[in-house]
Amino acid sequence: MLNDMDQHDSSTVIETKRMNPTCPDNQRSHVLDLDDFRTEEINALFDSARAMLEVLERGVKKVPTLRGKTVFTLFYEPSTRTRISFETAGKLLSADVINISESTSSVGKGESFLDTVLTLQATQADVLVVRHPHSGAPYFASRNLNRTSVINAGDGTHAHPTQALLDLFTIEQRLGSIQGKRVVIVGDIAHSRVARSNLWGLVHLGAHVVLSGPSTLMPWDLLEGREKRPGHPFADVEVEMNLDKAISEADVVMALRLQRERQDFGLLPSLREYARLWQVDASRLSRAKNSALLMHPGPMNEGIEVSPEAAHGAQSKIEEQVTNGVAIRMALLLAITPRLEG
Amino acid sequence: MIQTRIVMSSDEIRSALSRLAHEVVEGNQGEGSSLLLLGIRTRGLPLAERIAANILKFEGLATPVGALDIALYRDDVLSRGPTLPHVTNVPTSVDNRTIVLVDDVIFTGRSIRAAMDAVMDLGRPRRVQLAVLVDRGHRELPIRADYVGKNLPSALSEKIIVHLTEVDGADEVLLSEIPSSVHSGNGIEGVSDRAK
Repeated sequence: MLNDMDQHDSSTVIETKRMNPTCPDNQRSHVLDLDDFRTEEINALFDSARAMLEVLERGVKKVPTLRGKTVFTLFYEPSTRTRISFETAGKLLSADVINISESTSSVGKGESFLDTVLTLQATQADVLVVRHPHSGAPYFASRNLNRTSVINAGDGTHAHPTQALLDLFTIEQRLGSIQGKRVVIVGDIAHSRVARSNLWGLVHLGAHVVLSGPSTLMPWDLLEGREKRPGHPFADVEVEMNLDKAISEADVVMALRLQRERQDFGLLPSLREYARLWQVDASRLSRAKNSALLMHPGPMNEGIEVSPEAAHGAQSKIEEQVTNGVAIRMALLLAITPRLEG
Repeated sequence: MIQTRIVMSSDEIRSALSRLAHEVVEGNQGEGSSLLLLGIRTRGLPLAERIAANILKFEGLATPVGALDIALYRDDVLSRGPTLPHVTNVPTSVDNRTIVLVDDVIFTGRSIRAAMDAVMDLGRPRRVQLAVLVDRGHRELPIRADYVGKNLPSALSEKIIVHLTEVDGADEVLLSEIPSSVHSGNGIEGVSDRAK
């Protein structure tokens, strides 16, 4: 698995063909990150997701649209909400959904990642939803598949585009628009694929993004060179380490899970200090606008990055995010499944 | 060269919709209160609203109107590429109601097949009827309309284009002769969301 990936220089990731030119209207064939999404494409997905929300509210919540299509979820990392969300989305659209985890596949017998995805393609899989601990793994899969669409369900610390889309959709549904909204992302942004994909999406849709958290956990790699290079995509992103200042007059506060499994490198003096300086609690939230939304991609460490009162308070949209996640994934499955033969 | 001519003027559309409203009421004597008009998006919706307004004017009967989106039920979703779904918005339960589906043009009947499936997924109506502004023939399924604004026999090489004020800024029905080399099936601007 590692060897497969190492053979490919990381720079070729950018050249991945994400739009299939043989498909009508340049239909997207893979969803890898939000960097290559156009604003119109995101807005069309939102329209589609609204239609899916109506399906979710029905007494009999099932439509026949993807009958006869197969969706595989291939998860090399534990996940409950993302996998279940994809499974629900596929089933409500009448696709056949088959779940594969590391423990139930031949990965344990030493099969490479490449052989696994080629095997799934050979079973006539239409969509492959991949989560992988290595950044770039879904890109690698997409380059080696010609009949199966790949959806990135989280790759290492790189990207989690469907989570970002559901976050954007939640803001759009609640606030009407994302353009010009002050969106504060708090916490371990450097290790957060959710935050990184959100950064792309929020910038595409014209939000004013503020990043807040310890300097050691800021995504300096993404922000690098933005003072000097004109047209840098993140030129207008604000970094404000003081959370009280950052959160002031915010429209949206996104808390992130502190990834304790990735903190063994001396990036934080202590969890207690982190919670004191960057926990989103009721008093900090009161500095934001009254209408402000509190969001969190889950799973939460209550008492660390977010206080229980805030997480379950009136401004919390955390459960709504989960519902919206099913709708946006239905919209995505519909958008990428139809493909020309061959 | 594409030749286009008007086959229904805005006055003709108005009188056709008046007549359709009368016929819908006559066809459902004594069941007025169970009527529910469902407009098939995009252009069936404003037509359903206008028919409901006529029923209110002529009979003093307020008839609920809903919007039905059939994108998720089409039989060509996977071959033609996705039609973007929009929200289905039905204000009341369809159970035990008389549903009148409203669409601008009936052609192959496939849209109506999809619409019937969409309605059945919402509940169990007592019966389902169909009202259309234009019937252009060429059915591919055993489906017919109960109420027809105008029969417009047409050749397959022709295109019927319905414009409505609410969507397109004007009321008119156009018939367009399309040379086979230009005919692309869909995607021509100004044409109703489905090739008709």
